[in-house]
Amino acid sequence: MGELETQQLAAMQNEKDIYEEHVLDHYEDPFHRGPLEDATHAHEANNPLCGDVIHIDLRLDSEGKIEQAWFDGEGCVISQASASMLVEAIEGKTVEELREFSADDMLNLFGPKLTPNRQKCCLLSWRVLQGAVHSPLDGEEEDQDGLNFGGPSLKEES
Amino acid sequence: MTSNGEQMPDIATDPRPVDFSGDLAKYREDFPILSRSVSSGEPLIFLDNAASTQRPRAVIDAISHCYEHYYANVHRGIHTLSEESTQRYEQARATVADFVHAASPKEIVFCAGTTAAINTVARSWGDANIGAGDVILLTIAEHHANIVPWHQLAERTGCKVEFIPLGEDHTIADEQVAEALARWQPKLFSFVATSNVLGTEFPVERWVALARQHNATVLVDAAQAAPHEKVDVQAWDADFVVFSGHKICGPGGIGVLYGKEQQLESMPPFLGGGAMIHRVTTSGYEPAGLPEKFEAGTPPIADAIGLEAAINYVSDIGLERIAAHERALCQVADSGLRGIDGVRVIGPTPELKGGIVSFVIDGVHSHDIAHQLDTAGIAVRAGHHCTMPLHKALGLNSTTRASFYLYNTIDEVHQLIESVRELRAKFAPSGRRRRRR
Ligand SMILES: Cc1ncc(COP(=O)(O)O)c(C=O)c1O
Repeated sequence: MGELETQQLAAMQNEKDIYEEHVLDHYEDPFHRGPLEDATHAHEANNPLCGDVIHIDLRLDSEGKIEQAWFDGEGCVISQASASMLVEAIEGKTVEELREFSADDMLNLFGPKLTPNRQKCCLLSWRVLQGAVHSPLDGEEEDQDGLNFGGPSLKEES
Repeated sequence: MTSNGEQMPDIATDPRPVDFSGDLAKYREDFPILSRSVSSGEPLIFLDNAASTQRPRAVIDAISHCYEHYYANVHRGIHTLSEESTQRYEQARATVADFVHAASPKEIVFCAGTTAAINTVARSWGDANIGAGDVILLTIAEHHANIVPWHQLAERTGCKVEFIPLGEDHTIADEQVAEALARWQPKLFSFVATSNVLGTEFPVERWVALARQHNATVLVDAAQAAPHEKVDVQAWDADFVVFSGHKICGPGGIGVLYGKEQQLESMPPFLGGGAMIHRVTTSGYEPAGLPEKFEAGTPPIADAIGLEAAINYVSDIGLERIAAHERALCQVADSGLRGIDGVRVIGPTPELKGGIVSFVIDGVHSHDIAHQLDTAGIAVRAGHHCTMPLHKALGLNSTTRASFYLYNTIDEVHQLIESVRELRAKFAPSGRRRRRR
């Protein structure tokens, strides 16, 4: 194999390593992991096919700005690290801004390119967040359970 | 007997050594796909055989040969190609009948796979024989394919679905089976011969005999058994035995429903359409005889011929030799993985299982394990493997499964163990705070 080919192959392999340092850092040392005592909004969802669970607590101020965002959960590196990245990125944002934060934005925030099957792991926290802003803890607003999210579906395995 | 009239290799008469490592390189060459590499550039190590095996050249060629030389729709046709196709399709059925030691080819119904076969039994036998309050008995180790059709039957009829729990050692004792049969008096006992997660091989003959004491009809899901051990439906004595072609080197989209002749005879057809009828009038129909009664529509002709080629291929190697080879691999994998700190093997000790080793690593999710192994070229499966009730009973969300077939090598198993060791080191929480804020 020529040197160039070897280099290209190495680059390809690197690109394939979705567990880059930045991702593992978020996994091992997450941002705001745990419950938020005086949360105003919260939501939780899971991916029954792989058992990933994400819970998000938010505190919104009277202007609809996210003062605090915390997550908790269980699951693969991708689901947990992406949740950490997401809550870190959205603090200080308004609900309006959140609405514009698309699934693609979430995948970009995560960084390493994911196969369709793993995108679902990454988008779980994004889906929970979109649900959380519509789930006030005093229970006045409708829970948007049927909220649709644009990720590919992870089918059952044999 | 194989199609060319030879006796299938038998351990008692087969002069070849049981250990076929000397022939392994040759067998591997039969499988063109094994020479490719994965997206990371590493050579493929295919350990996802319980989900679906790969195909040897002989199977690929048999299918191509059919399409290139004699394919036409079967039965009904009066022309040369249809006669030839029909003859080959029926020859394939006869080969399957020999392979599982059925009393007659009439007892072999081709269908889309294990799932389709079980659904056929549930719809046909189930709807005709099951009523409110009747019990369908399963084990907790069943694949969803042997659970959901019974839940659906329960929705239609009001019957109940009950499960035999798993013992501590990932097996199920005969006493537990006997107790469940006595307690529930099930109309049907439907169980998996080899668990697709635990690898546990259940004693089919003994359990069928127990079920007979309570007059239960018996279905055996042999999806994970047929590729690795001799299935003898007459020795087993079950009413129904089902398996899929794609797990035994055959094509996808074809599987086998074996049913005892008098059982199949007494059952109403499930799918209606062409080929399954004797006569149709404006006021009704008269079903065809066996096995056509259960083969409505144009069947998967080339796939049946491909399945025959697969059966001949594994029979020529010898199922006993394949089983011995897998056991050797399983033994090394099982003890190697158990030897890694933080790794738990989910399944019994190697003597009690076929070529399947499932495991979990404390603190590491199975998707991360499978992903990282893929980077090393190793294809394994991660998730619940269509056995959610089993995983719930085990208190697990998911497992990672390595499953072996005749073409896997000891080297590949060593690489699996080494890669698991490495990834455990990579993902195990180090307790450091290392992120810069
Ligand atoms: C034990 C068992 N039963 C049933 C099935 C379903 O087989 P198929 O998907 O070929 O219908 C499988 C495999 O997926 C299996 O392992």
